Amino acid sequence: MAINAVGRDIPDSIPGYGDVKHFKGHDRRPPEGNRFGKRNRTAFNSRTDKTLPDIKAAISASGLKSGMTISFHHHLRNGDFVVNAVLDACAEMGIRDLVIFPTALFGVHKHLTRHIQSGVIRQIMGSVNGPIGQLASEGGMSVPVILRSHGGRPRAVTSGEVVIDVAFIAAPTSDKYGNLSGAVGKSACGSLGYAHSDAEYAQCVIAITDNLVPYPAPCIHIPQFFVDFVVVVNSIGDPAGIVSGTTRVTRDPMRLLIADNAAKLIEATPYFKNGISFQTGAGGISLAVAAYVREAMRERGIKGSFGLGGITEFFVDMMKEGLFERLLDVQSFDLAAVRSIGENPNHVEISADWYANPWNAGCAVNMLDTVVLGATEVDRDFNVNVNTEADGALLHGIGGHQDTAAGAQLTIITTPLLRGRIPCAVDSVYTVTTPGEVVDAIVTEFGVAINPRRQDLIDAAKEAGNVPLVTMDELIDKAHGFTGSMSPVETEERIIGVIEYRDGTVIDVVKQLKKK
Amino acid sequence: MRLRRTKLYLPGNNPNMLLRGHLFNPDGVILDLEDAVAVSEKDAARILVRDVLRKGDFGNCEVTVRINAMDTDLWRSDIETVVPCGIDGIRIPKVENPKDIAIMDEALSHIESKAKMRVGKTLIFCLLETALGIWNAYDIAKASRRVAAICPGGEDLRADLKTTRSENSEELIGPRRIVVLAAHAAGVDALDTVYADITDDAGLRRETEWVKQLGFQGKSVIHPNQIPIIHDVFTPTDREIEQAKKIVEAAVEAAARGLGAVQVDGKMVDKPVVKRAEYTLQRAGLSAGGEK
Repeated sequence: MAINAVGRDIPDSIPGYGDVKHFKGHDRRPPEGNRFGKRNRTAFNSRTDKTLPDIKAAISASGLKSGMTISFHHHLRNGDFVVNAVLDACAEMGIRDLVIFPTALFGVHKHLTRHIQSGVIRQIMGSVNGPIGQLASEGGMSVPVILRSHGGRPRAVTSGEVVIDVAFIAAPTSDKYGNLSGAVGKSACGSLGYAHSDAEYAQCVIAITDNLVPYPAPCIHIPQFFVDFVVVVNSIGDPAGIVSGTTRVTRDPMRLLIADNAAKLIEATPYFKNGISFQTGAGGISLAVAAYVREAMRERGIKGSFGLGGITEFFVDMMKEGLFERLLDVQSFDLAAVRSIGENPNHVEISADWYANPWNAGCAVNMLDTVVLGATEVDRDFNVNVNTEADGALLHGIGGHQDTAAGAQLTIITTPLLRGRIPCAVDSVYTVTTPGEVVDAIVTEFGVAINPRRQDLIDAAKEAGNVPLVTMDELIDKAHGFTGSMSPVETEERIIGVIEYRDGTVIDVVKQLKKK
Repeated sequence: MRLRRTKLYLPGNNPNMLLRGHLFNPDGVILDLEDAVAVSEKDAARILVRDVLRKGDFGNCEVTVRINAMDTDLWRSDIETVVPCGIDGIRIPKVENPKDIAIMDEALSHIESKAKMRVGKTLIFCLLETALGIWNAYDIAKASRRVAAICPGGEDLRADLKTTRSENSEELIGPRRIVVLAAHAAGVDALDTVYADITDDAGLRRETEWVKQLGFQGKSVIHPNQIPIIHDVFTPTDREIEQAKKIVEAAVEAAARGLGAVQVDGKMVDKPVVKRAEYTLQRAGLSAGGEK
């Protein structure tokens, strides 16, 4: 056992996970060894067509066996048909004990519950949302779920910590030789950023498409030399769940208030100047912050350099308006972003490795000035939880939270002080996802708490005069005053989830919930 | 002068709004025990509102509670519960005659003295939601020194006038004018009713500009997003403030030198203009002397 740098008591070894590298603080684990090398292979020019009749044929051809690791990307989000279809095929073929390694799972993957219960899936390395998270939290999986950030995942792949036996890549467009595009096709999803490392490092790569086009495919995101087999199916997903239509800025007054406070803070800092780079999510508060920042950029004549991360119509419009030079897009959230990435050379697809891997010669988050992120809980040390809810259940992935927080010059966490009767500012978060040392400010409707490590930001906000500054202690006391103390979550000793920091150390664990 | 540009209604049965309403920086909040609360929830809402009031965190807002009407058997429990919490005032719905105000004045005095509070501390805001209430506006406004403002009703008033809502609320032109006249004659504020379409920002701005021109000092608000628009309309522009400062300073200087006539930029300025300039500075949150 060891107490790690965020005060968590973590065993040296966890059953089903193995030996633990303890979290010693941000940037405290230097890279080791060389990048992973996959097996050499060839496709002689006698084989110019990689298509196979169906998923089962491709699984057979790949050599996939029980106990192996298979990977998926989440660009089709809640519209994805591919993960469920592949696991159904594996089940029918009698393949069991699989480790699935998705970049994220969504509600639509609730279907996998049956494959977990029947033993087709032994372990999940990736986010577990909704019903699967609940199942895992109640002890329904024999091996802990391993959660990694969007940068930690490609680090694990490129370093060889995780070896992908077969990568299944849902491709909105492919040609028969495996050139893949996300930008065109009836199931277009834009960027295929999260699939790149899998394509490059998996021992075998199977593309699954519903839009086979003549060679060579247009707007190629993943090139043929990574792809072993191509399967054509009727549909890889439901477009309604893949991308949203128009993204509207919220009219919810509380979200607008939080966003306004965040925007005031951004404007008060020295980062708000020509060349600013910016990332927000697509959620209500994040988008509203972007809207306020856009207004301020217009008013003060500020031109930004790039928008990063998950790209929405809002960022596309900002680039068109000249408020950003370029967009670096690891994931396209809506139809406008999908169209833009296919048409505009300044809208650049980037891989997750490029986006956020801490173990390369420099990832995009390192160039980020400002990021606005969410939280389920924050605490006195500015630690942030995005993984578990107040009842202790593992319900959300890490996403790019740790990476952008670590990379950006100004990391802002926006959260309401209370959700219903549950306080979001607490003495100590239930699960540490992102350490407080890389978090600069917590923005709530009741005011903005700046990390005392950042006296420069406190001074800048005071000078601006319009940022409603409070201390973290004041926020926590206020929340406590409203709600009183929460009853502690009751758990068993067994660990059901391991939260890795982006460098592969264990920052926290999640324990099995006690039966009620 | 207390600014009353916006008074935000907060449903008395909604803890989220009760705790957060002041964060949107209205000039005042109205914790509502009347229309927002179903009959079956009246007791629970009263207890909730009392507890929120005891926490007492409303920033700089003027805190009022809309009690249940005086023709119900709820209003006495309402004031007995909320007045000892030290609120700034109560808002009485459906006021029709000055007698009601006299009864309320006495009841409030009794509660205040029992709670060892300054008698007369709790102000009264009168909602005139019937034709009779509008007709008696002046007498109601003069019925007690506690009366701080009178406010015309909206839907209730339309119903009593046997009419319906029109696009520009023409049916309320007369009542609004009467309220303004009565309020200023009695020396209290005229505060307008709510603008119901919370998504129509342009319509809200139009109506606010109009009621400001009529002589109202502010409006009730049912959604936080309406607040900045109303404040924008009721807050003097920088140019208006600068001009007003010049006039008031000239008037102060003239008075100091014992001169009756005031000159600004070479022009004579009448007393009403000075008075209006002082009012402009008050609305801008600046005192008559132009200092913060």
